[in-house]
Amino acid sequence: MKFRYLPVTEQDKKEMMESIGVNSIEELFADIPEKVRFKGEIDLKEALSEPGILKELGRMASKNVNSGEYTSFLGAGVYEHYIPSVVDHIISRSEFYTAYTPYQPEISQGELQAIFEFQTMISELTGMDLANSSMYDGPTALSEAAMMSAGQTKKKTILVSKAVHPEAREVIKTNAKGQNLTVVEVEIEDGVTNLDDLSQKYNDETACVVVQYPNFFGNVENLAEIEKIAHSKKGLFVVSSNPLALGVLKPPGKFGADIVVGDAQPFGISAQFGGPHCGFFATTKKLMRKVPGRLVGQTTDDQGQRGFVLTLQAREQHIRRDKATSNICSNQALNALAASVAMSALGKAGIKEMALQNIQKANYAKKSFINNGFTVAFSKNAIFNEFVIKLSKPVKEVNEILLQQGIIGGYDLGRDFSEFENHMTIAITELRSKEEIDNLISALEGVK
Amino acid sequence: MNNQPLIFELSKPGRISYSLPSLDVTETVLNELLPNDLIRDEAPELPEVSELQLIRHYTALSNRNHGVDSGFYPLGSCTMKYNPKINEDIARLKGFTHIHPYQSEDTVQGALELLYDLQTSLEEITGMDEVTLQPAAGAHGEWTGLMLIRAFHEANGDFHRTKVICPDSAHGTNPASATVAGFDTITVRSNEKGLVDLDHLREVVGEDTAALMLTNPNTLGLFEENIVEMAEIIHNAGGKLYYDGANSNAILGIARPGDMGFDVVHLNLHKTFTGPHGGGGPGSGPVGVKKDLIPYLPKPVIAKDGDRYFFDYNRPESIGRVKPYYGNFGINVRAYTYIRTMGPDGLRKVSEDAVLNANYMFRRLQPYFEAPYTQHCKHEFVLSGKRQKKLGVRTLDMAKRLLDFGYHPPTIYFPLNVEECLMIEPTETETKETLDEFIDVMIQIAKEAEGNPEIVQEAPHHTVIGRLDETTAARKPILRYEKA
Repeated sequence: MKFRYLPVTEQDKKEMMESIGVNSIEELFADIPEKVRFKGEIDLKEALSEPGILKELGRMASKNVNSGEYTSFLGAGVYEHYIPSVVDHIISRSEFYTAYTPYQPEISQGELQAIFEFQTMISELTGMDLANSSMYDGPTALSEAAMMSAGQTKKKTILVSKAVHPEAREVIKTNAKGQNLTVVEVEIEDGVTNLDDLSQKYNDETACVVVQYPNFFGNVENLAEIEKIAHSKKGLFVVSSNPLALGVLKPPGKFGADIVVGDAQPFGISAQFGGPHCGFFATTKKLMRKVPGRLVGQTTDDQGQRGFVLTLQAREQHIRRDKATSNICSNQALNALAASVAMSALGKAGIKEMALQNIQKANYAKKSFINNGFTVAFSKNAIFNEFVIKLSKPVKEVNEILLQQGIIGGYDLGRDFSEFENHMTIAITELRSKEEIDNLISALEGVK
Repeated sequence: MNNQPLIFELSKPGRISYSLPSLDVTETVLNELLPNDLIRDEAPELPEVSELQLIRHYTALSNRNHGVDSGFYPLGSCTMKYNPKINEDIARLKGFTHIHPYQSEDTVQGALELLYDLQTSLEEITGMDEVTLQPAAGAHGEWTGLMLIRAFHEANGDFHRTKVICPDSAHGTNPASATVAGFDTITVRSNEKGLVDLDHLREVVGEDTAALMLTNPNTLGLFEENIVEMAEIIHNAGGKLYYDGANSNAILGIARPGDMGFDVVHLNLHKTFTGPHGGGGPGSGPVGVKKDLIPYLPKPVIAKDGDRYFFDYNRPESIGRVKPYYGNFGINVRAYTYIRTMGPDGLRKVSEDAVLNANYMFRRLQPYFEAPYTQHCKHEFVLSGKRQKKLGVRTLDMAKRLLDFGYHPPTIYFPLNVEECLMIEPTETETKETLDEFIDVMIQIAKEAEGNPEIVQEAPHHTVIGRLDETTAARKPILRYEKA
């Protein structure tokens, strides 16, 4: 059988073996002990032709209910937003997507400059001095921020608000075990971090205080008050943030955050079942040399021309090896490019307009639910594009009914918070029309 | 070619490149929705460009970048093979891009089927008993695997296994991952054949050994032929054997880590299974384990009950989550497409051709460079620039000279145990003609080093930019644009 990705012909093979001085391909594998040689054929499905692949994988894709055909109100960390058409055209340029990490700057200036621009955009949005070239995703970036805080402060306890995404908290806990750190969770009150509990739990051993802005319930935390507590001793202040919200919300940098992380998924990256997305990591000049992952810096060549290189590599695993404080190597470069293109397309005006539409539409929906006699939880809080309603039936059952009406319902808050059974988090982005919002409210009429 | 301005430098107030529907709900004054002190008062300095300006900007940047589609990219240990276009088409199907991780299982049966089948395929390819697709990249998989080993030892009441052994030729991520998983690293030497020194391994192994991390073939491109003895040494001491799958492109269908005695394996789907590399990610780093480590796998695991696929969260001994949701799904779709395209015969031929290509280049270049190890290589090989260094030409210079001919240079100065190292991995997707052209250029450069060293020392001559001042970049870092 012939394969279109494998160009070695029988004639090539003969000539090459002659040149090597072997009579068979087998000889090249003679150093693999007989005992561990694999005999026979691996048990995989036989190769498919290109039309065959399209058919088979097309079948699997079509079995999934997708938000292109249904109206979705799911958020909880992953959002469906307007993706400018230009994004996919740029990231489909194979000079970008078939390259690897820009180790040779002379032939990687495109990627390096694009990352430099990404670092600038993230710094601007978060209000921080600098940002790295990307991380795997928001939650692992948050976990790296917590680990870096412990390394910087030499303290062993990480204080995390329960209003931080539950999966992010889980990732932090797994990482903390590796580093022998303790994670202490801070209680919530009326949908935001309980400041009294935070004050009580904060002590000399606290490496950092970790909160989310807007938080997992959609509510906007009081960063000014949290900062006071976070900096009352030696701990650092770490904020996980939805970068789109920062088109309208005052950035964490203005509240004195030491590290701001998050996921750039709202900018040009589809939900794609949860990944790959694009973590970002922004911090202060003071902490610059502790940042995990890759950094691109501006410099000049021998003719004085501006150019870009990977820099401050002494921090990284390939130089520091077992002294490295993070092991990250590959990041999410192509998705950082997608986010950069989306941020450039939206630009100064578009990011604000899109953020404002989220806040206006979500508040319209929240008010409409209230006016229609629904119970909206934590309703006093300011929100960005999510809020929580309480229903009379389990969310799972409700969502099954909604699905029959072409609606992908909201997130079942009870799956992670036993105290919030029958609570649904509803995400409203700029893509949801007034009509779709009104339809959702009518569809839920019977379960309020 | 002139410098491409930064996109911020192209910006002019009033230009836009987006199109949003107009707001169709009654607008409320913003400070009724948000307290004043939470409202951003200074807009972020983002670009203001037209759509054509944007497209020309990024097209210009792409023209200043070299990918596999641009030309030969023999970057050792990175497996820069062709990235099939059908993979990209499949990954962009709406049924894969427009699905949310919190949709009910019933609405994503197609995605779960794909992931389950990918898990099973990777189990078969590696000879392991169960695979998790959660880790986002190779290094992330390494750390996950080490956390599994740690959980295993601790579950056996074994809290004193604090050491992870890594060969001196190991990838930097190996010791770094060991540290992040809470272990100390011990380095085991290589012998004169470039393989792990068994006597030294016996010396360093002990009751404190948690694991040995090994890449096989190793980073010198050589198969660790004593693997059976090594596995015995580690297992007899109560340790576990970890397989770094960075180099698995050499052994598909030929030998399986599971059969070699490895307990944990990670694969780099963006290398062996045509991810693609994306300029440095996103990748995907699944981890496979033997039976005794299954209970500790990150949750959820994708499982099957009759015809129905589901997320199995009932894993009380799990190390927990290592990544939100279910891993880099989009990359896993591409890898799965590739596996289904190649089938068992195709995958075996991939490795045979990769090894044939590497050995052919090796033998043809051997007369012109020092070859620290002379046995047949697997999918990659190392040369040393020692001979050229004596003439005043360093490996870095030769790498830069290759740029003048339109090639991406090999990996250089790695592994660390080879002086002036050049690590070359051609992959199976390159033609003999391409290899021959590259070989001729390498021979020409070796001759230039003898007769005309300046042309190599001062290279590159034909790139858009010359050698960059990396020292100043690190001493006085400029990490972002600031408006003058």
